[in-house]
Amino acid sequence: MTNVHRRLFLKKTLAAGVVAIAAGAGLLRPARVLAAEWPKDAFASQSVEDALKNLFGTTQASGSGSIKIRAPLQAENGAVVPIAVDTNLSNVQSITILVEKNPQPLAASLNLSGPAAGYFQTRVKMGQSSNVHVAVKAGGKIYTASHHIKVTVGGCGG
Amino acid sequence: MARQTKIRTRSADGGTEILVLVSHPMETGQRINRDTKEKIPAHFIQKMVFTLNGNEIASADLGVAVSRDPLMGVRFRGARPGDTVQVTWSDNMGESGSVETTIGAR
Repeated sequence: MTNVHRRLFLKKTLAAGVVAIAAGAGLLRPARVLAAEWPKDAFASQSVEDALKNLFGTTQASGSGSIKIRAPLQAENGAVVPIAVDTNLSNVQSITILVEKNPQPLAASLNLSGPAAGYFQTRVKMGQSSNVHVAVKAGGKIYTASHHIKVTVGGCGG
Repeated sequence: MARQTKIRTRSADGGTEILVLVSHPMETGQRINRDTKEKIPAHFIQKMVFTLNGNEIASADLGVAVSRDPLMGVRFRGARPGDTVQVTWSDNMGESGSVETTIGAR
């Protein structure tokens, strides 16, 4: 199928480009050890929908009031935006944080097991003011919540 | 290069919170070196695994959008004094680090 070929072609071209840049900078390392099950496609996705699809295999999600996002309304520094997620949903399997207007929205995803509670805290970069989406997988279903953060100084440009 | 990894646990409502701080540049691969005009290659932590007494309780997949010197916090229930919490991270350039702590008596 043409679509599949196109995807493969793009992947290979991009990969070659990255290697070329690394080699050009004299930083090519012999063994690039990648974490085995790191969801590469989901992190490369350029929209929230694609990221969710690559991560969960579906975009079916329902909004939930049981997800609390603790984050500022306005961030002075987009390079360090603290985000904490707290949920009292039962059987939480994963908590995912996505920044809608970042080039690749998926920021971090936490998989939980055993005695772990539905809580995740981290700090993310935001290129511009944007909605931050949180997707929680609980009992096989996906629940979402979002929070708008206004950024006064960008974080992705360096 | 060894990177400093710090760990702290504290009791939080209904459980124990593990906080980890790794000193890591978390390069996005989009920044351009002003002198050479070349892109600075991406260098970021991809995986962080939390274990309690050797059993995995959480694993985080991180992307370039996580801030420099990432701070991660997760929570779990039923901690007992003397339990061992270990956190291991690995990045896209094959570097890794690990840190361990024991939960103290309250």
